[in-house]
Amino acid sequence: MADVISAPFQSGVAPVRQRNYLTEPKGIKSWLTTLDHKRIGIMYLVSVMVAFLVGGVFALLIRLTLLNPAHTVFGHKLIDAQTYNEVFTIHGVVMVFLFIIPSIPASLGNFVLPLLLGAKDVAFPRLNLASLYLYWTGGIMAVTAIVTGGVDTGWTFYTPYSTSTNTAVSLMAMGIFVAGFSSIFTGINFIATMHKLRAPGMGWFDMPLFCWSMYATSLMQVLATPVLAITLLLMVVERVFRIGIFDASLGGDPVLFQHFFWFYSHPAVYIMILPGMACISEIIPVFSRKTIFGYRMVAFSSLGIALISFLVWGHHMFVSGQSQTATVVFSFLTMLVAIPTAIKIWNWLATLFHGSISLETPMIYALSFLLLFTIGGLTGVYLAALSIDVHLTDTYFVVAHFHYVMMGGSVMAFLGALHYWWPKMTGRMYNERLGQIAAVIVFVGFNATFFPQFVMGGQGMPRRYYNYLPQFEPMHAFSTVGSWIIAAGLFLTLGYLLASLRKPYDAPSNPWGGKTMEWLTQSPPVTENFEGQPIATHGPYDFFPVGTH
Amino acid sequence: MSSITTPVEGQDPEAVAHAHHDPNLRHHFATAEQQFDTVKIGIWLFLATEILMFGGLFAGFAYMQNRFPEAFFLGHKHLQQGLGTLNTVVLLISSFTMVMAVHKAATNKRKQLIVYLCITIFCAFVFLGVKYIEYSTHYYECMLPGKYYCNPEDPTGHQFIFFSFYFMMTGLHGIHILLGIVALSWLLRRAIRGDFSSSYYNPVDAVGLYWHLVDIIWIYLFPLLYLIR
Repeated sequence: MADVISAPFQSGVAPVRQRNYLTEPKGIKSWLTTLDHKRIGIMYLVSVMVAFLVGGVFALLIRLTLLNPAHTVFGHKLIDAQTYNEVFTIHGVVMVFLFIIPSIPASLGNFVLPLLLGAKDVAFPRLNLASLYLYWTGGIMAVTAIVTGGVDTGWTFYTPYSTSTNTAVSLMAMGIFVAGFSSIFTGINFIATMHKLRAPGMGWFDMPLFCWSMYATSLMQVLATPVLAITLLLMVVERVFRIGIFDASLGGDPVLFQHFFWFYSHPAVYIMILPGMACISEIIPVFSRKTIFGYRMVAFSSLGIALISFLVWGHHMFVSGQSQTATVVFSFLTMLVAIPTAIKIWNWLATLFHGSISLETPMIYALSFLLLFTIGGLTGVYLAALSIDVHLTDTYFVVAHFHYVMMGGSVMAFLGALHYWWPKMTGRMYNERLGQIAAVIVFVGFNATFFPQFVMGGQGMPRRYYNYLPQFEPMHAFSTVGSWIIAAGLFLTLGYLLASLRKPYDAPSNPWGGKTMEWLTQSPPVTENFEGQPIATHGPYDFFPVGTH
Repeated sequence: MSSITTPVEGQDPEAVAHAHHDPNLRHHFATAEQQFDTVKIGIWLFLATEILMFGGLFAGFAYMQNRFPEAFFLGHKHLQQGLGTLNTVVLLISSFTMVMAVHKAATNKRKQLIVYLCITIFCAFVFLGVKYIEYSTHYYECMLPGKYYCNPEDPTGHQFIFFSFYFMMTGLHGIHILLGIVALSWLLRRAIRGDFSSSYYNPVDAVGLYWHLVDIIWIYLFPLLYLIR
């Protein structure tokens, strides 16, 4: 085992990469009991990809059901209204809790954070493994709930329906409760890692910006998820014991549930987007060959987003009957969060300006992010405006908004980062031409699916509705075809990524010419990450144009 | 790349050099001090999550008490303040013995560490015993949570809500006491084995912090539930 700190860093040593974290130690037991953050990250990656597939299949089913008002495909009615409620609930629950929230932090974050910091592992490797097992346990509980009774409340579990419906709500809620601790443990691990395990010479403001965004994400995971835990517990106890907290007939308050639920779930959506922003901060400088514009502003904006995220939960409840004063305050505070968000977008754009831009797959996804997340974010500002939200709430406009930020934002960033770090994780280069083609297909398909939903929402099409007026059929059909285009692009991506694994190792240590520490080590890395302890001697984005320095 | 003999962040080069002979030092840390500091950060973050979780219950309690002040007032009169006070004293004593345990671990006093851990565990069992007595009383008076509440003397009709919160909050707290007993027993086993010394007592410190949190939560619960005016 290489020594930490005591041995000098050896650069220029030809990697013998047959010996790497994938190949040794061998055997499935060594994987299931590993303490290596890279192996844990890979297992998480496979798991979230499975969740993405499951959630995606249910999405395709939703869109297929809404292809025409009769819900028929080739003359056969696909599913009935009750089943439809279960389908969109499962889509939401799986995508939110089993895919997006863990996606970047637990898979790519686990893999890359210690490497970015020049560390040997995360602060608490055993806690990391526990986090993975909790995620699997929660996932199994959720899937069992789906299979043994279904859930039809929507992923938001609003009372009083969630406390009275006869579906498998309790089991599902307990599954999410368990998976939530997985999220908390990841957050604790990352914060401690960034505080104490940075390489010599790496101060807080020498860290890659990925780390700052992950720090902000981890703070939210640690502080917000416990509130979800108690909310779900209270909902289950209300179902079983009828304690009278949310049930109006017993003296309780159903809106109280919404306050509790959104107190977590609003920070949760920033837990979903900040890791995506973390990836964008890494990709854009490298593929512009230019240092990031405004490092400190980007870093502080990440923290600012995390802070403000705790203050705006009421904007999900403008029409719930809460007081006018509260409504106005929440509307104003929600506008505030646009400021640090916009700062980041402007800084990324300024980084591109006069950069030497190359359009490899990660960069195509990053540029998609810039456009699509901006659209999603701006429509969020429309929804923050009280007078507009009263008309648009619970319509397809909201659905389009959050898909633009979550899929056009987070998922694009996830895919970009997956391609960016694929050579490091697997030692193989994916097929670049196919990557670019698939990225464009996904971009086109995404807009085809979700842009019509803005229009439909503006015209009054309600969300989660099985039946709709005939006037919406053309746009619903267009959206459904769009979903098939997304599916084609994503399956193509899965195909060429898996195909790359059958090649021998062909990825250099630093295929993209990045300046962060993960590129110092071989692809795939050795178990100890580095041979000896690397020292930070330059900034993470120190690109200098030809002819200077 | 410069060589690594320059100290970083106050790390003593000699400590670093001795580090990899230390069996308690995990391989990704350079020094025992770095490991200890990291464990401290980790356990404090975990305590923050616990505060947020119980905080939700406190918020819910405050909201419902505001809605049904009389029901909550009348409901709390059925709680035995004497037993509640006893439990408070017992937990405060256990926190003191926990502090002493950490101190003994840090000063290489193994036998005294074991004694203090035993007393702490004993206090935890006393707490659970007293809670069992209280819960039994409530059971006989049918003052149970939610739909199982059937005590006839309830002019407000909403006392069951008070008891719903009482059982949820003291129940969740009791589960944490139980988990604390498990953690303390694990510490006891390791202490008897001789795992702890002045150069390594991180688990004692971490469990100590957890135990103090469990105590503090009770310090908030007790007046809130038992001493309402």
